[in-house]
Amino acid sequence: MIAKIAWKNSWFKPLNTVLSIILLTASVAIISLLILLQKQFEKQFSSNIDGVDLVIGAKGSPMQLILSSVYQMDAPTGNINYKEAQVWMKHPFVKTAIPLAFGDNYRGFRIVGTTEEYLKKYEANLVSGTMFTKNFEVVLGSEVARKMNFKVGDKFFGSHGDAEEGEVHDEYAYIVKGIASPTGKVIDNLILSNIESVWAMHHHEEDATAAAEHQHEEGDDHNHEEAHDHESDHEITAVLVKLKNKMGFILWPRLIAQNTKMQAASPAIEINRLFSLFGIGLEALQYLAYGIMLISGISIFIALYNTLKERKYEFALMRVSGASRSQLLILVLFESILLCVIGFILGTIVGRLGLYLISTSTEENYKMAFNPFEFAGKEEGILFLTTIFVGLIAAVIPAVKAYRLNISKTLANA
Amino acid sequence: MIRTQQLLFQYNSETQFQFSDLQCKAGEATLITGASGTGKTTLLHLLGGLLKPTSGAIFINDVNICTLSAKKLDHFRGQNIGLILQKAYFIASLTVLENIELASWLTDNTKKREKAIELLSLLGLEQSASKLPSQLSVGQQQRVSIARALINQPKLLLADEPTSSLDDENAKIVAELLATLSQKYNAALIIVTHDQRLKERFKTTIEL
Repeated sequence: MIAKIAWKNSWFKPLNTVLSIILLTASVAIISLLILLQKQFEKQFSSNIDGVDLVIGAKGSPMQLILSSVYQMDAPTGNINYKEAQVWMKHPFVKTAIPLAFGDNYRGFRIVGTTEEYLKKYEANLVSGTMFTKNFEVVLGSEVARKMNFKVGDKFFGSHGDAEEGEVHDEYAYIVKGIASPTGKVIDNLILSNIESVWAMHHHEEDATAAAEHQHEEGDDHNHEEAHDHESDHEITAVLVKLKNKMGFILWPRLIAQNTKMQAASPAIEINRLFSLFGIGLEALQYLAYGIMLISGISIFIALYNTLKERKYEFALMRVSGASRSQLLILVLFESILLCVIGFILGTIVGRLGLYLISTSTEENYKMAFNPFEFAGKEEGILFLTTIFVGLIAAVIPAVKAYRLNISKTLANA
Repeated sequence: MIRTQQLLFQYNSETQFQFSDLQCKAGEATLITGASGTGKTTLLHLLGGLLKPTSGAIFINDVNICTLSAKKLDHFRGQNIGLILQKAYFIASLTVLENIELASWLTDNTKKREKAIELLSLLGLEQSASKLPSQLSVGQQQRVSIARALINQPKLLLADEPTSSLDDENAKIVAELLATLSQKYNAALIIVTHDQRLKERFKTTIEL
């Protein structure tokens, strides 16, 4: 019955109520959106650097190198000489070294030349087909296969570079050999081939005699020296290194920067830098949202306080009808909390709607999706308690006033 | 039934009211009249347990309400005392029927819907049950407050100037309803008023 009165009272003055609910909804929506975004963003970023201690690539911005080679988000810093890179890839400090060569894309999905190690690093298995063994054979990430509706045996032509509209390489068709299992990591959105495919595709373009063609057509019996010569001017984009000896983690960045045309960047350090940059923005937004929540608290307070004058007769009347002081106290608190609960529920829904919209746009542009149906139990629990707390604080003065109402005086002065 | 013993109420050192003992049996009606400033409303609030007397005792069905704790008094009031005020107040957001149900719910956690409807039809208001109080005329509102006062079958019905804001016809209806319904529900009826129209209707009068 108290709940019913509170509910009916709230909608008896709909404008006040709607204002308070809109403010609460806005603040809860922003905060829950930020909570989910930050959590999933960090999770996505952190899960991708598992097993990568250092990335070796061309000199330039280390952040750009990490973003391009680990997250496939940015343009690469440039190319490095494969032979030069191999010096470090074969170093005794190294546990695994995965070369990456970026070349083409297919409808915006990057085609990356690499080795089988790359799939192992992401714990991706083949759900159908086999690994690539020859040039122009590819394994598709699960998302690519799903979105492009490719099956094993299908063929397609890549476009040059990162841009979807790039020049189409129609000399060689890629053939789908296998499809990888979904991992929730960047590999889902990649098309993987061997490194030689990337070289072949571009060598052909560079010289008409087609060194690459020669290389793969003659197959096993090609001259070792000749292959070596080829490799000497072959280029790759980056190497993902997992170290055996953590000394390399400290020594290599400086060593490589001083002695070669390459750089070694640590994904963990760069991503921390990125998070702290983001963190400032997220924190500012969070303060803004809490500010809005404070305003909604004030709005509830003013609404309750203003109606108190008219409602004191109602309260006196309820007391006359047998209501106790504490029942009035509860009624006023309940009205405020009711608004807060409604605001919280709407806010969580709106926040997730926002995340869904953001997710569709990031998925299109960065191949990064967020899950709007995830619940961040602890953070959202704290948010819920904060919302209720704001409601309680806003209602405490009006509620105490109702509690201490002098019924005789109120009715006598009527 | 109700009786008082040497009631004294002191607002401050200058203003104090000494009330002579009064008594009203179940089914009977007593009018309390007097010029303004003689403590009519104070007496009514004392009888209704809205004020605590400085000294003296009030017995309602042999319970001295002056010794009850605040919480018990609230409960006792809901169960045993029906109050009708000069101006009828309602929970503005609830319908007429819900307002009456609320009075019973606050007392014993039950909604006596059938009884409320029965009372409304006794008062000729069954059509207005689902309207908001503000949609009724003043006379109708006063009748609803009678229904609300009677929903818990109180032993004592207190009315504070129940007819002062009503026209002759409505005043007559309200006076008649108070008299008949208090008899029907066997409640002691005490009316505080200076309304001449009521003095004609009720015989027992105490002048303050």
